[in-house]
Amino acid sequence: MSFITYLINGISLGSVYAIIALGYTMVYGIAKMLNFAHGDIIMVGGFTVFTIVTTLGLPPALGILAAVIICTVLGLVIEKIAYRPLRKAASPLAVLITAIGVSYLLQNMALLIFGANTKSFTSVVNFSGLKLADGRINITGETIVTILSCIIIMAGLTFFINKTKAGQAMLAVSEDKGAAQLMGINVNGTIALTFAIGSALAAIAGVLLCSAYPSLTPYTGAMPGIKAFVAAVFGGIGSVPGAMIGGILLGVIEIFSRAYISSQMADAIVFGVLIIVLLVKPTGILGRNIQEKV
Amino acid sequence: MNSKKMQLNKNLTNNLITYGLVIAAFFVVQGMIWTGKSSSLMQGLLVPLCVYVILAVSLNLTVGILGELSLGHAGFMCVGAFASAFFSKCVQEAIPNSGLRFFLAILIGAAAAGLFGILIGIPVLRLKGDYLAIVTLAFGEIIKNIINVLYIGKDGNGFHFSMKDALSLHMESDGVLIINGAQGITGTPKDSSFIIGVALVLITLWIVLNIIHSRDGRAIMSIRDNRIAAESIGINITKYKLMAFSVSAALAGVAGVLYAHNLSTLTALPKNFGYNMSIMILVFVVLGGIGNIRGSVISAVILTLLPELLRGLNSYRMLIYAIVLIVMMLFNWSPKCIEFRERYSLKRLLKNRNHNKKEAE
Repeated sequence: MSFITYLINGISLGSVYAIIALGYTMVYGIAKMLNFAHGDIIMVGGFTVFTIVTTLGLPPALGILAAVIICTVLGLVIEKIAYRPLRKAASPLAVLITAIGVSYLLQNMALLIFGANTKSFTSVVNFSGLKLADGRINITGETIVTILSCIIIMAGLTFFINKTKAGQAMLAVSEDKGAAQLMGINVNGTIALTFAIGSALAAIAGVLLCSAYPSLTPYTGAMPGIKAFVAAVFGGIGSVPGAMIGGILLGVIEIFSRAYISSQMADAIVFGVLIIVLLVKPTGILGRNIQEKV
Repeated sequence: MNSKKMQLNKNLTNNLITYGLVIAAFFVVQGMIWTGKSSSLMQGLLVPLCVYVILAVSLNLTVGILGELSLGHAGFMCVGAFASAFFSKCVQEAIPNSGLRFFLAILIGAAAAGLFGILIGIPVLRLKGDYLAIVTLAFGEIIKNIINVLYIGKDGNGFHFSMKDALSLHMESDGVLIINGAQGITGTPKDSSFIIGVALVLITLWIVLNIIHSRDGRAIMSIRDNRIAAESIGINITKYKLMAFSVSAALAGVAGVLYAHNLSTLTALPKNFGYNMSIMILVFVVLGGIGNIRGSVISAVILTLLPELLRGLNSYRMLIYAIVLIVMMLFNWSPKCIEFRERYSLKRLLKNRNHNKKEAE
């Protein structure tokens, strides 16, 4: 029975990773850059809800809405100020290092504003969950909400990308920027839209993550962010269903290694998975192999 | 022929300036110590300063010369630190001469870190840019994680090894615990000194500058500038990438040795061997100029001393680092900024002025 509990917990954690990984994979697919600051946008989302719900005592729904808005705006501002000027830079390292700088900046701003102490986050989910099989399997409300949100987001995103004009524009830009521009697509606008969606998803992931693991520090987002990137690579970077599969697999692997191997070694195992995946199949589970042409 | 000679001389002069800078700084600081003008705070900073300079110079070999971003530099430093501290603690009685012991410790630290560099490098260097960055980051975290659960003890029967806790080592009563999990290694002999540190900085510079100005160095830089073109003229990509990466790792290991033997207790915390440390080294490299070795030395020194001298800034230190990183990247790499700088550069303005003067004459 504990196996099933672990599995459900793993899927729940994996759903959070999947939502974060969606942001990574979309941005990577379209802007060909690794947005290191993505993890810290999760943290910003967490702190926004914390401020509104716990400090100001307003309803959680308002907090979530504010978190989504603030993170979206933040994502757009970061893209505009820090990433857009470097899009045509000669070295691909330039934008990567800038992203690291932005990540660092967000962490340290949060550190100065909120301090280094761990804040206890009040869960935004207020129903008690399910007890199955005579109470031997306990599913918390957070778990249910997390998994459901993940499914809804996934379905919504698939619809958006495949059925709307803006989504098609995103696919076109990720395929070939120059050709997309010739077809009259606003490339800068499309990339900005991708950042906005990714950041909004990060805000939701932040709320879900902090509800399930209620401790909030300026560094809360960094580790899940990196692991979600591992998930995105695992599933095949640039692929939306890949991010989903990779995220859930990674969550399950992490919870199982925490439970059955060693809780201290769980992170090492997760990163070990990344190295193995990159060795065996560098393009990930659902990734496409792109031949480099000269 | 003549132009080649001039080129060589130019390199030599450039290198001599770098060495001279380090030696001059050394004599200035030594002079301050001899005349009693330096505070104890300052003296405590001297060895870490050498550590940071070595780290920055060695990371510049990977980032600037090889053109790959490594975020696991602190991991290699960690390997070097723990391997050498383990060695020094084991042979503390057998080799009482601290100079010889430290020399061997450096060799072991460098070899261990270099070996990890090769082990990590073989699979990872096939990846490009972002992937390499994330895998090296993962490597750094794995190393830190493993060392925190590693227990090694020694008794009459030899070494005991465990990854659970100190009790499961099953040592006899005379056993000594050498690596105690998250508590790390305590009682490492304090063999580091400022003079050794400066000597190591000079050796590091000598190695890195010699690599850069050799045939191998040019091969490495050609891979950075255009991998496919380099491959097409017969350069062995894997070999040269691995060479630069492992030398960089080994030098980070040397920095780790110096660091470990400056402390009585060595633990693998996020603060000293984590992601933050790797980023800090990267900031040194970026601020000094990617690919510019002398710049790395200068920026490592300035960025280490500045927050210590301006105590009030300490809580803003990391924030300032972050802003420095972003602004430097935008300023140096944004096409618009490059254009702007070229239009208003001092050199060009002076040239134009001379040109105008000549025309007037």
